[in-house]
Amino acid sequence: MTISRDSVVEWVKAYADVVAQNRDYLTQLDAAIGDADHGINMDRGFQAVMSKLPDMADKDIGTIFKTVGMTLLSTVGGAGGPLYGTLFLRAGMATAGKMELTLEDWAAALDAAVKGVVMRGKAELGDKTMVDALSPALDVLAKAAQNGEPLAEALKKSAQAAKQGMLDTIPLVARKGRASYLGERSAGHQDPGATSSYLLLQTAVDVWADD
Amino acid sequence: MKKLINKVEDVVTEQLEGMAAAHPDLIKVHFNPNFVYRADAPVQGKVALISGGGSGHEPMHGGFVGMGMLDAACPGEVFTSPTPDQMHEAAKMVHGGAGVLYIVKNYTGDVMNFEMAAELVAAEGIEVQNILIDDDVAVKDSLYTAGRRGVGTTVLAEKICGAAAEAGYTLEQVADLCRKVNINGRSMGMALTSCTVPAAGKPTFDLPDDEMEIGIGIHGEPGRERMKVKTADEITEMLALGIIEDGAYTRTVREWHNGEWTDVELTDPPFQAGDQVIAFVNSMGGTPVSELYAVYRKLAQICEAKGLKIVRNLIGPYITSLEMQGCSITLLKADDEILKFWDAPVKTPGLRWGV
Repeated sequence: MTISRDSVVEWVKAYADVVAQNRDYLTQLDAAIGDADHGINMDRGFQAVMSKLPDMADKDIGTIFKTVGMTLLSTVGGAGGPLYGTLFLRAGMATAGKMELTLEDWAAALDAAVKGVVMRGKAELGDKTMVDALSPALDVLAKAAQNGEPLAEALKKSAQAAKQGMLDTIPLVARKGRASYLGERSAGHQDPGATSSYLLLQTAVDVWADD
Repeated sequence: MKKLINKVEDVVTEQLEGMAAAHPDLIKVHFNPNFVYRADAPVQGKVALISGGGSGHEPMHGGFVGMGMLDAACPGEVFTSPTPDQMHEAAKMVHGGAGVLYIVKNYTGDVMNFEMAAELVAAEGIEVQNILIDDDVAVKDSLYTAGRRGVGTTVLAEKICGAAAEAGYTLEQVADLCRKVNINGRSMGMALTSCTVPAAGKPTFDLPDDEMEIGIGIHGEPGRERMKVKTADEITEMLALGIIEDGAYTRTVREWHNGEWTDVELTDPPFQAGDQVIAFVNSMGGTPVSELYAVYRKLAQICEAKGLKIVRNLIGPYITSLEMQGCSITLLKADDEILKFWDAPVKTPGLRWGV
């Protein structure tokens, strides 16, 4: 079972829709512990991605990811732009020239992506950021790839780990980013970056696990 | 909200167009991506100095583009970091074969966007270095910053390093000088009022009529304390002593060395009696120059009492926060090298002398 290039394009489109639908929700989460613009910024970025999609739809997966990354980088802004931009750029470097992805390929891409996000933002597990959703998801995915599990199962378990990671941010006191300024007051709120990251991986399940 | 603007979404573009129309002898403006650059760029054989940040702090940085200061400035949306494509294109436009120095204010978005720009520039084979400005002693780890924020020393660094680049310093030398200026400069600000970001349509924060905030950030980020408004002398004393009595400050920053990001430990030495300083009294935008002079009066007395010799000064609105009423003080310990480059000619829309 593999993820075709066209499925990757479908995933990007689907996520752009998910971001648009969750724009207010993400902004609300960000209003509680940030500056209330995560939903707005991500929506702007992914609308720009949508307008570029037709031109990249016939390219290899690496080029598609890199184009998404560069687009987000120049349109999302603030801290989210560099982080999501890096996520996709690194995934793109790891999948250069590929027209389909095995589970191993996807695990390697996510590994490169998460390493990029950690390097760029300097966040660690438990800092209450997107890393808290991405890192557990990556661990599960990497193990599943090692054990040769079926793609659909691996994707579902990985998204489930992301979801748990996202929920686990609720009691955390932020140690990075805008929310860290609030200190103790950031506890009791779900992190917006962890939420948008979980949605990214859940959308992958929705689009790829039923191929 | 009462502002001299047209449609909110056109604010940044129209202001840049106005700058271009006003100073065609000094600057040009590139749109999509946006940046202001020297009219005579590229200056061959000279290190290109580039900075940038959110709009709303004018004249910083666009007003400091020209001979003896910046080669290019990248403006983001109001109070929002510019994106790497702006800094990347600006570097390609103005580099003169001697490398590029990005002067970066310490805000999370700025740091990350300028790091990504440096990677893009390096990938093209252009020598690049990023030097951070983190001089605000007011607070640590605030709303948009890990560590100390970059404020008033940024203006001084752009002037001093601009002159050094003009004098033929190599990239390594200008970077070293910038680092030196950063570790020897300290600032603190305060606000009497908030400011209103056009896109938000309402004040960034609520400050009661009879209160002020000490240690405010240039985007209205919270400071140390809110209290009832005091006299100019009392306020000046709080800011000045906060700066002068600040102990040694150590932290780790990331710089680009040999094709990768390397952690560098920096320590700001405290001021000592006998130090010569450049004193910078800055308006946040809404405070008139006359009030800054009252602040300077007290600052000069405090410096004398503390054994600091003010050898140069800069007084006026140079790093603003839209129309915020308030001020900031910056003291920079100055040696001969710093003074030589401070005095050197500069010809930009926002700062001009010696020409």
